[in-house]
Amino acid sequence: MKCKTCPGKAVIDIRRHNAAFCKDCFIVHAERQIERTIEGDKMLSKDDRVLVAVSGGKDSLTLWEVLRRLGYHTTGFHIVLGIDHYSPQARATVEGYAKKNGLPLIVTDVKEEYDFSIPELAEYTRRVPCSACGLSKRYLMNRTALQGGFSVLATGHNLDDAAATLLGNLLHWQTPQLGRMGPALEATHPKLVKTVKPLVRLTERETLAYAMLRGIDYHDDECPNAVGATSLFYKDLLNQLEYASPGAKQSFYFGFLKKGRPAFLAAQTDGVELKECEACGQTTTTETCAYCRMMDLARRTAAARSR
Amino acid sequence: MKVIVRRPRREVEMPGSRRVRDLLQELKINPESVLVVRGQELLTPDELVRDEETVEVVPAISGGSAHEV
Repeated sequence: MKCKTCPGKAVIDIRRHNAAFCKDCFIVHAERQIERTIEGDKMLSKDDRVLVAVSGGKDSLTLWEVLRRLGYHTTGFHIVLGIDHYSPQARATVEGYAKKNGLPLIVTDVKEEYDFSIPELAEYTRRVPCSACGLSKRYLMNRTALQGGFSVLATGHNLDDAAATLLGNLLHWQTPQLGRMGPALEATHPKLVKTVKPLVRLTERETLAYAMLRGIDYHDDECPNAVGATSLFYKDLLNQLEYASPGAKQSFYFGFLKKGRPAFLAAQTDGVELKECEACGQTTTTETCAYCRMMDLARRTAAARSR
Repeated sequence: MKVIVRRPRREVEMPGSRRVRDLLQELKINPESVLVVRGQELLTPDELVRDEETVEVVPAISGGSAHEV
């Protein structure tokens, strides 16, 4: 297979673009896609202080690598989840990347700072681990960005993530979430930080190829709690569609943003006004935010068990 | 040829040479969800893998809370 843009030998085919690229041309292609997304959706400016959420996997490190190369002012943010062998390796990977590239990094260890690891939180609150983890991450990312004076929070979500989330939200008619599905969400409250997803035009397979071709030392292990996760099932379904009909994922997600999302914009807040949590000051639609309620339940359960 | 599949890790011996697209089809693996590598080299579907070679099928898809949008 030949490269679409030069006489070189291709290393990756991208069927939805009816194209194949050699190493150098693919890297240029991927970085242009990301740059185009950042500019098209007005995600970032060179004056922004960007907090980049980095788990240590291929997507988040690809994001940090490209933002660094494009000249944005970035600081990494890594959350140590306290998951057996997985978390120490993820942390070492992120710290290694930051050190190698001379980039600032903020690390929050949930067990050290908030008393419970993610598996403990899940157990004490009877949540599935991915639920406790997702809630903790969203809370800590926004809070850390606010406290550090960052203007934007960037995450490494790719096209597969976006399409799978859209499928899940549609299957359950989660209308507020459907209104918030965009790749760039402006801060709608003084206690919320703008969030952006610059990788949303790349599939997960393409971010993997970018990470491998750039020689990024990413953390390759799957989180043990993700085995059997619904998101994996949705991604598998969507990739079956993609195989039969190249471009299906892109058409599904970007078609929704253009033609479907406007109908759900008004449902974003479900008519409920955002206010500040009486315990921590972060945004919530109830008196106490979901994170504080989860932590309170975990503390009470732990105390009851220790009696 | 030897094919190493990750997550869960397994090794498959396949006699003879074949193209990447054919080996994925025989293993019932969707090409949209993986990359196939020989050493450090990424392989396109038309690439021929010879009997004496080893290739690795690297999964691209991961899940869990990190991937919720």
